[in-house]
Amino acid sequence: MTQAVVHPHAKVKRATKSSWVGLAVIVVLLLVAPAVPYLVDKGTQGSLVTLFSLIVMATMWNLLAGYGGMLSVGQQAYIGIGAYALVYIADTVGIDPFMAVPIAVVIAGLISFPISFLAFRLTGGYFAIGTWVIAVVVMEIVQQVPALGGGIGVTFNGFSDLTPGRRIAYVYWLSLVGVALAVAVTYWIMRSRLGLGFTAIRDDATAAASLGVRVTRSKRFVFVVAAMGCGLAGAMIAANTLRVQPDSIFSVNYAVFMIFIVVIGGIGTIEGPIVGAVVFFALQQWLSDLGAWYLVILGLLAIVITLFLPRGLWGLLSGNGRIRLFPVGYRLVPPVAILDVTHEPAPATSEG
Amino acid sequence: MSPMLEVHGLSKRFGKVVTAEDVSFSVEPGTALGIVGPNGAGKSTLLSLIGGVLAADGGTIAFDGKDITTLSSGARSEMGIARSFQIPRPFVDMTVFENVYVGAAFGGKVQGQAGYDTTAEALEISGMSHLANVPAGQLRLLDRKRLELARALATRPKLILLDEIAGGLTEKELPPLIEMIRGLRDSGVTVIWIEHIVHALLAVVDELMCLAFGKILAIGDPREVMASREVIEVYLGSTFDMGEAAS
Ligand SMILES: Nc1ncnc2c1ncn2[C@@H]1O[C@H](COP(=O)(O)OP(=O)(O)OP(=O)(O)O)[C@@H](O)[C@H]1O
Ligand SMILES: [Mg+2]
Repeated sequence: MTQAVVHPHAKVKRATKSSWVGLAVIVVLLLVAPAVPYLVDKGTQGSLVTLFSLIVMATMWNLLAGYGGMLSVGQQAYIGIGAYALVYIADTVGIDPFMAVPIAVVIAGLISFPISFLAFRLTGGYFAIGTWVIAVVVMEIVQQVPALGGGIGVTFNGFSDLTPGRRIAYVYWLSLVGVALAVAVTYWIMRSRLGLGFTAIRDDATAAASLGVRVTRSKRFVFVVAAMGCGLAGAMIAANTLRVQPDSIFSVNYAVFMIFIVVIGGIGTIEGPIVGAVVFFALQQWLSDLGAWYLVILGLLAIVITLFLPRGLWGLLSGNGRIRLFPVGYRLVPPVAILDVTHEPAPATSEG
Repeated sequence: MSPMLEVHGLSKRFGKVVTAEDVSFSVEPGTALGIVGPNGAGKSTLLSLIGGVLAADGGTIAFDGKDITTLSSGARSEMGIARSFQIPRPFVDMTVFENVYVGAAFGGKVQGQAGYDTTAEALEISGMSHLANVPAGQLRLLDRKRLELARALATRPKLILLDEIAGGLTEKELPPLIEMIRGLRDSGVTVIWIEHIVHALLAVVDELMCLAFGKILAIGDPREVMASREVIEVYLGSTFDMGEAAS
């Protein structure tokens, strides 16, 4: 076959102009953020830790649902596991709390692995309900363990020898590293071959498999990573609130928050969950006095955004994806004049 | 040398619909097999069974001398089986380039610059280079079919399964496609090609199979198959154009 090789070296671009701006913003943020404990009071630092934990959760849910197509309603299982694991390892086993956090994260991942075999037997709505049921079962089991405080829960004493000011600063820094790592790892995954495979699976798992993507293996990997991320969020919450109670740390509210944040922020992008978490957090602060109205307003907002902004607030801010702070795509740089314009969408044609 | 593909006693049914019944055949490396048959004969199902999209109810499939009957379609793709879907299945939120790069990076096991080059070449062969950065969801049906082809090519297959990729092409657009598939075959890729446009098939294939109701009606020399009585009977009254087949 005399096939002319027209692209001896295909040039592919992955960064964009906006991603350089994004990088600059992130570098500045990372330079300023560590100084925050010297600038704001303890309450604000605690709030920021809450915000960070929300970003971590939402980022993980986005990885699961936005890329892996796994609509889990049971991520609170790993939040609880991470929280309990931190308290147990730091207080009972006596390991330094800073070391205990990564161990708690690993434990959440290890527990999620066998669970994935159970959960993956279910698809669609059954998967959602199944993950929820699994989370309830995990909570029930934890409540039966006297060493974990049974139904009452446990108190985190890992930092009790510190002054409150030091303690909250430590927790803040810990959470800052946690959220930065969670976003960085997600970004790294999504830019790698794995991420390419996830995106393909999200769009069409059958076609992805036919092109060599190992669908189940990839999904299991995402499932475990998301469990680890939620374990991290749980550890952050425990270190921040000092109290771990089974029915609150395993609350399905966390699942609702994650879904809400990702939906309003924009599913399937790395930026979306971050934007969504900030907005959700702000709403929580402003509207919490309104009682039930708070939930009504959140619900309405979710409905409005789903209807009018399918790509979420980040979709709006980014001009429907024109700006990417975390670009994961691949653009072929045209050797000649490639039409880089978008086609008029053709009317959906069906096979005869 | 073992056959590139050896199918033995393959069967598959959906409820009462038998789509493969004791199907046995083999394809030699570097040859092209054409498949014809009336609508609903089980042609696409056969490709799904070979590609691993569907699991067979019975029978075995060997690829390049290895039993692949129980392997996932991902594993089969890595081994060198590629498939284009009759009803295109693009990754709609990814660009054309990204769609094809999935094939290169996974099935083709070439990443980075080598993967980009493979992708660009597959796009060029399929005539899609000018659409590289367009989201696949915006493609027209014909371009979606080309995308199926490009993705399959990017996996650098040993065996390529093509399902009605010429449908919708004009008479003018056919010869380049025929030329492309012939070139593929001549470069050593084994081809299985389902097509209703029989004269296009006959221009390329070394062997022809006629499927009906999940059974092989005839297989062998293309012209002999087209001339056999059973095949003519199956096609009588259908949209099949005998004039073209004879030409
Ligand atoms: N997933 C499925 N579930 C149930 N029935 C199916 C499924 N896939 C195919 N069938 C049925 O199996 C039969 C064979 O389908 P298949 O798509 O293999 O036919 P085909 O020979 O490719 O036809 P065409 O020429 O129209 O493409 C049809 O009757 C079809 O309705
Ligand atoms: Mg078919």
